[in-house]
Amino acid sequence: MAFNVTQIREDFPILKREVNGKPLVYLDNAATSQKPKQVIDSIVDYYSLYNSNIHRGVHTLSQEATDAYEASRKKIQKHFNISRSHEVIFTSGTTHGINLVANGFTSFLKEGDEVLVSAMEHHSNIVPWQMLCERSGAVMKVIPMSEEGTLLLDEYDQLLSDRTKLVFVNHISNSLGTINPVDIIIEKAHQVGAAVLVDGAQSCSHIKPDLQALDVDFYVTSAHKMCGPTGIGMLYGKESWLQKLPPYQGGGEMIAEVTFEKTTFADLPHKFEAGTPNIAGGIAFGTAIDYLNEIGFNAIAGHEQELLTYATEELLKVPGLKIYGTGREKTSVISFNLEDIHPYDVGTILDKLGIAVRTGHHCTQPIMDFYKIPGTVRASFAFYNTKEEVDILVEGVRKAQMMLS
Amino acid sequence: MSIAEIQEELIDEFSLFDDWMDKYEHLIGLGKSLPLIDPALKTDDRIIKGCQSKVWLHAAMENDKLIFTADSDAIITKGIIAVLVRVFSGQSPEEIVKANTDFIDQIGLKEHLSPTRANGLVSMIKQMKLYAIAFQAQLKK
Ligand SMILES: Cc1ncc(COP(=O)(O)O)c(C=O)c1O
Repeated sequence: MAFNVTQIREDFPILKREVNGKPLVYLDNAATSQKPKQVIDSIVDYYSLYNSNIHRGVHTLSQEATDAYEASRKKIQKHFNISRSHEVIFTSGTTHGINLVANGFTSFLKEGDEVLVSAMEHHSNIVPWQMLCERSGAVMKVIPMSEEGTLLLDEYDQLLSDRTKLVFVNHISNSLGTINPVDIIIEKAHQVGAAVLVDGAQSCSHIKPDLQALDVDFYVTSAHKMCGPTGIGMLYGKESWLQKLPPYQGGGEMIAEVTFEKTTFADLPHKFEAGTPNIAGGIAFGTAIDYLNEIGFNAIAGHEQELLTYATEELLKVPGLKIYGTGREKTSVISFNLEDIHPYDVGTILDKLGIAVRTGHHCTQPIMDFYKIPGTVRASFAFYNTKEEVDILVEGVRKAQMMLS
Repeated sequence: MSIAEIQEELIDEFSLFDDWMDKYEHLIGLGKSLPLIDPALKTDDRIIKGCQSKVWLHAAMENDKLIFTADSDAIITKGIIAVLVRVFSGQSPEEIVKANTDFIDQIGLKEHLSPTRANGLVSMIKQMKLYAIAFQAQLKK
C-alpha cells in the first residue's frame, strides 16, 4: 500500500480541530501521539460490548475480555520479536516498567557495584536508579555525550568493568532525537556480565525493534507514544531475569496460593501484574500495533526522515536558530532555540498560531545543564504530519522571532 | 490612582487592539519598559516557583506603600509582571490584599491565569498578596 498522508490524517479525528482559531498543527508527538479512530473504537467497543474482569470469570464476557487482552499480549510479542509471550509484562507505562526492574534489583546489588546511565536520559530513567543506589549502596556513573548529542562510546568502554552490574540507556533521546547504538552498548555490557535495560519510550513510534536480535535484558515502552492509549505499556524481560526478580506489587492476579502464613506467587507474567489491569488500554495497545504495522514501519520512517530533513533545512534558514542534537542517526525530533529568546516565549506565540510544541527541559535537566540553557523548543513529527505543517512551523518561528526580539 | 482605576485604564488600553498579535506586542512592550529589579536582588530565594521561565520578585515599603520590582528571563512573562507591578506597586498592603484580578480576563490574557500553565502568573499574584499580608501585619504592630 502506498503511503498517503492525506488519507492517513483522515484516521485521526483530533487533527480536524482548530486551536485559537487556527487549524491545529500538532508537533508534540514525542510527548504523546494522537490516536486513530481504530484505537478509539476499540476502547469504545470494549466498554460497550464486553467489559468485564479478566482471568477470573467463568462467564462469557469475562472469557471474551480475557481473550482480547491476551491476544494483545501476543501481538506485542510478535511485533517486538519476543520468544515467549510470558516475557511480555503489561505495565502502566515506561516509568512503571523501570521502577519494577529497579525495585527488583535491590537485593542483587551490593556496596561497590556500579550502574551506568547515559547523559541523555529522561528523569524516569534516572530517578528510580538513584533510589536503587541509595537502597543498595551501588554507585551510578554517567556515560558522557558529545556536543552533537551522541554518546561517547570510548568513554563507555572505559567505564565498563567487572563492577558494572547494570546499564540503562534510552533507545532514542526524547530531547535530542539521537538514536543510540544500543546493539553495541548491549554487547559490550554483556562482555562484563552486566544487564541492560533499554528505555524504548521514544523508539517504538519510529522503528520496530527486534528484541531477540538485540539480546537486550529488559525493554520498556509506553503505548501512548505509539498511537495507543495512556496508562498502558509493556516491560519485556528475559525469562531468566523475570524468574529471578521479586514481585513489585502484591495483590490479586499475582498469586498462586495465599494463606496468612505464606503466599506463593503466580507464574509469569502474572507475578508482575497485580490487581485488575487497564483492560481496555491493553486491548487498544494491540489495536495500535496493528494500525502501525498496517501502515508499515518502513513507510513511517521514510516519511518522517523526509520531514526531518526538510524541517531541519528550513529551520536553519532562520537567523540565530540553533538546533540541539545534530548526530547523524536521529529521528524526527528537533530541539532548538532562537538566540536571546526564551523558549517559553516562542512556545506561547506558536500556541497562538495553533502550533503545539513543547518547551522547557523535557524531563531531561542534565541535558539542559550540559548545554547551559534553561530549555528548548521541541518540535517532534509523526508520520501524520506534513510538509505544509513544517512550513507553518517555520513561518510561526519567524513571526515569534520578529515579535520577541 | 486606585487599584480599580489602574485596572480600568489597562482594560481600556488593551481594548484598542482587536488582534492577539497587537495585544501581545503591547504586552511585550510593557515588559521591556518594566523598571528593572536591582541585579543584586536577583537571588535564588526571590525566584517564584512554578514558572518555566524564571521570575524574581522583590517588595519593599515606602511611606506605607508597597513597592514591587521584578524581572523575568522570558519577555512575555515579563510583560505580565509589568501589568501586575503597574496595578499593585505603590498601593497600600490593605488594598492589595483586598484586590481582585478579574481584569486579567478582561484584557484578554486569561489563558495565562490558568493554574496549569507553567508560567506562574497565579503564583506571582499569590506572592504579591503574601508580601502585602506580611507588611500589613508589620504595620499593625
Ligand atoms: C525517553 C523517555 N523515557 C521515559 C518516558 C516516560 O514515559 P511515561 O511517562 O509514559 O512513563 C518518556 C516520556 O516522555 C520518554 O520520552
